[in-house]
Amino acid sequence: MADLIKDWRNDIYAVFKDLDITMVSHVPDAGHTPLINLCEKDNEIDVVTLTTEQDGVGLSCGAYAGGRRSALLMQSSGVGNCINALALPNICRIPFLTLVSMRGEWGEFVPWQVPMGLGTPKVLEAMDIKVFRADYEEEVGSTVDAAARFAFNTNRSAAVLLSQKMIGAKQFKNG
Amino acid sequence: MIDRRPFVQKILKNRKDNLRVVSGIGTSTWDLMSAGDNIGNFGFIGAMGQSIPFALGLATAQPNLRILLFTGDGDTLMSLGSLATIANHPVSNLTVIVLDNESYVETGSQPTATAGKSDLELIAKGSGFDNCYTVKSEDDYDKIINTVYNEEGPSLIVIKCEAKATPLVFPHSFDGAISMNRFMSSIKT
Repeated sequence: MADLIKDWRNDIYAVFKDLDITMVSHVPDAGHTPLINLCEKDNEIDVVTLTTEQDGVGLSCGAYAGGRRSALLMQSSGVGNCINALALPNICRIPFLTLVSMRGEWGEFVPWQVPMGLGTPKVLEAMDIKVFRADYEEEVGSTVDAAARFAFNTNRSAAVLLSQKMIGAKQFKNG
Repeated sequence: MIDRRPFVQKILKNRKDNLRVVSGIGTSTWDLMSAGDNIGNFGFIGAMGQSIPFALGLATAQPNLRILLFTGDGDTLMSLGSLATIANHPVSNLTVIVLDNESYVETGSQPTATAGKSDLELIAKGSGFDNCYTVKSEDDYDKIINTVYNEEGPSLIVIKCEAKATPLVFPHSFDGAISMNRFMSSIKT
C-alpha cells in the first residue's frame, strides 16, 4: 500500500493531476523515482525517458505547441546540459516547468556533484528562469503548484529545486 | 545529389490539411519558407539540436495530425540521442527528413561527420527506427509522400543534397513568440 505512505512525491503528482500536466520527461534520478513510478502507472500521463536532459526542453515545447502541458524531471547535474535549449521556451514564450533534484549540497558524498550543484541556481537564473526552492517536505506541494502556475499563467520558465536535505544524501560504501 | 530547395517545395506542393511542418535551424528553415507562407509551419532559427525533440513532443500531443520535420545533418548530429528516444516512444505520425548536405553550409561549408564515415540512416536504424531510408534521386518522390502521409512511423528519411548556399527566405517573423502563436493557431486543441 505504498500509495498510503506520506511522500512529498505524491504531492507533486497531485499538482500534475490538478494542473493537467500529461507529459513527464526525465533523465532518471533516485530522488524522482517514486514520482516517475506514479506517473508510469497513470494512463493519462505520457512518460518519456530521455538520453539527455536538453531534449526534454524541446519535447516540452513541442508538446505545448500541440496543446499538452508537461514537466521535465532531472538532477542538478542535468541542468547544465539544458542551457542553450532554454532559449527555445524563452524566445517563443512557451511555459516550461522543470523539477530539479539537488545534489552537491547537503552532506554530499561525491565531489563530482559539487560544481553543478553549486552552479544550478546561478545558471538557471542566468537564463531568466524563475527559480523556486523546496527545503522541507511540507512545502513541496505548494511550491510546485506555485511554480507550475507561474509558468503556465505567465508563459515563462520555472524551476523547482528540491533540496538534498529533503531527498537525503546517498552515502556510498566501498566494496 | 538532389537540389534541396526545389525538392522541398515539390514535397510540400498540394500539402494536405492534416500536415504540420517544422524545420530545424539553418538552411532547412529558409527552404521551408521558400515553399510559401503557411500558418502550419514553424521554423527554428536557433536552439540547435532541439527541433527533433520538439517534433516528438508535437507528434505525441497531436496524434491525428501528420508531423513532418525538415532538418539538416548538423542539427541531427547534435541530438543523435533523441533518435533513440523517438524510436522507443510510440509515435506513428512523425516523419523526420534530414536534408543531408554533409556540411555546415551556413558557417562556411565545413564538413560534417556525414562527409566522413558517419551514416545517418544506419544511426537511425541502430537507434531503433524501423522505417528509415536514404534518397539520392528525385525518383523517390512518391515513396517520400507515402511515408509522410500514410506510413506508420516514426520514419526517418535521409535526402542526400548538394552542398551549396541558397538565398535566405525569412519566416513571417523572427520573433519566436509571434511565430509560435501563429503556428499554434493552426492547431485546434
